[in-house]
Amino acid sequence: MTTTPARSASPLLVLRRYEHVPEDVHPPHDFPGYGSTRLRHPLQAPFDLPQRLTEITGPVLGDRTPSLDDADLTRQHEGEPIGQRIVVHGRVLDSDGRAVPDTLVEIWQANAGGRYRHDVDRWPSPVDPNFSGVGRTTTDAQGRYRFTTIQPGAYPWRNHRNAWRPAHIHFSLFGRAFTQRLVTQMYFPDDSLFSQDPMIASIPDPRGVERLVARFDWETTEPDWALGYEWDIVLRGDEATPFEGEDHEEEDE
Amino acid sequence: MSTTARRAGNPAKLALTPSQTVGPYLSIGLTWPDGPEVAAPDAPGALVLSGRLIDGAGDTVPDGMLEIWQADAAGRFDSAEDPRGALATPGFRGYGRSLTDAGGRFWFRTVKPGALPDGEGGWQAPHVDVTVMARGLLDRLVTRVYFADEEEANAADPVLASLPAAARDTLLARPTADGYALDVVLQGPGETAFFRL
Repeated sequence: MTTTPARSASPLLVLRRYEHVPEDVHPPHDFPGYGSTRLRHPLQAPFDLPQRLTEITGPVLGDRTPSLDDADLTRQHEGEPIGQRIVVHGRVLDSDGRAVPDTLVEIWQANAGGRYRHDVDRWPSPVDPNFSGVGRTTTDAQGRYRFTTIQPGAYPWRNHRNAWRPAHIHFSLFGRAFTQRLVTQMYFPDDSLFSQDPMIASIPDPRGVERLVARFDWETTEPDWALGYEWDIVLRGDEATPFEGEDHEEEDE
Repeated sequence: MSTTARRAGNPAKLALTPSQTVGPYLSIGLTWPDGPEVAAPDAPGALVLSGRLIDGAGDTVPDGMLEIWQADAAGRFDSAEDPRGALATPGFRGYGRSLTDAGGRFWFRTVKPGALPDGEGGWQAPHVDVTVMARGLLDRLVTRVYFADEEEANAADPVLASLPAAARDTLLARPTADGYALDVVLQGPGETAFFRL
């Protein structure tokens, strides 16, 4: 075997290619309806970053394997939190329908009265001493996750006159690669506050809004215990291959 | 049952879940005591990568978060997604998260990553991938940190070469007493070069 200086021999590698996200999926960074975007959105258009090793790999957070109590937000204190007990479950998938197993899912939320356990949240709704509003779990081999928590309340904020955030749970997801990282919010069905919420309005495609709304799940609803909601999360999959025949289509000049 | 839907115009694909902001209360959900510890404190070459997150008025951002992901000093990742196989220095996580403090500061304890093959026969200069999230960011921002003292490697890096000079300079972390420093500017003069990937 010959030894070659690293610099002269760079191995050829077959790298997985993730799809580029269609323009109408994520909200734009510049969205005047949400006041906090004003000084925080870049003015320059983004540059293209090719997907190389750093982008197609991602952290393995298996050593952070959470305890069962981390996934049950109603059992983290001596007493039980006030509010409607709910089970929120679903799958983490990629856009090709493949499960994303063993991936960390983190959530945080307001309590039943719409108050976060955070110094900055000072609106007059009480903190619940028995509710932290923070959970984490890892998906199983089928990409499934499951949390037991409390139905979060709506809360006022200062974005526009009489502004109220619809009830939501923040979700943080890693997937398997840096390209797949996603933080988002899950909403509940038929919320009357959607119509005045700029976070909802920022989603370019109305069908995208539906992707953030959980489904009431009677099958998961536990008798005499908790209402069930189902919500699946879809992360970027492989780069789409052109449809069959598209390559060979002949075009008139 | 499922709450997924086929993508309009491409039924072979499921519709992607849209991003939403982390909001102002991210710290309750995303704080890890060891968040900034990408590498062990006693790792050879351990250094601190630090900086400030700055908005379009020149003010620091006290409610943001930076996450980094990088190779170890030998250019390897602890990730089965790496076609060369998962292999990294024991104690090296490769991932870090730092919530900005009252002064908008972030920091990571890490090592300088090794050079990386670009897969096509060339080399990429040592770099760190960065995600920025904050109240007011409806979707994450992505950037890269390079190291200003890697002049030769930087000059040959295909990503840096693709950028205008002013944008390139916004990605170069400068040596400090204990490592490297680079401010991330969300908007306006000195705006960081962000990427679509």
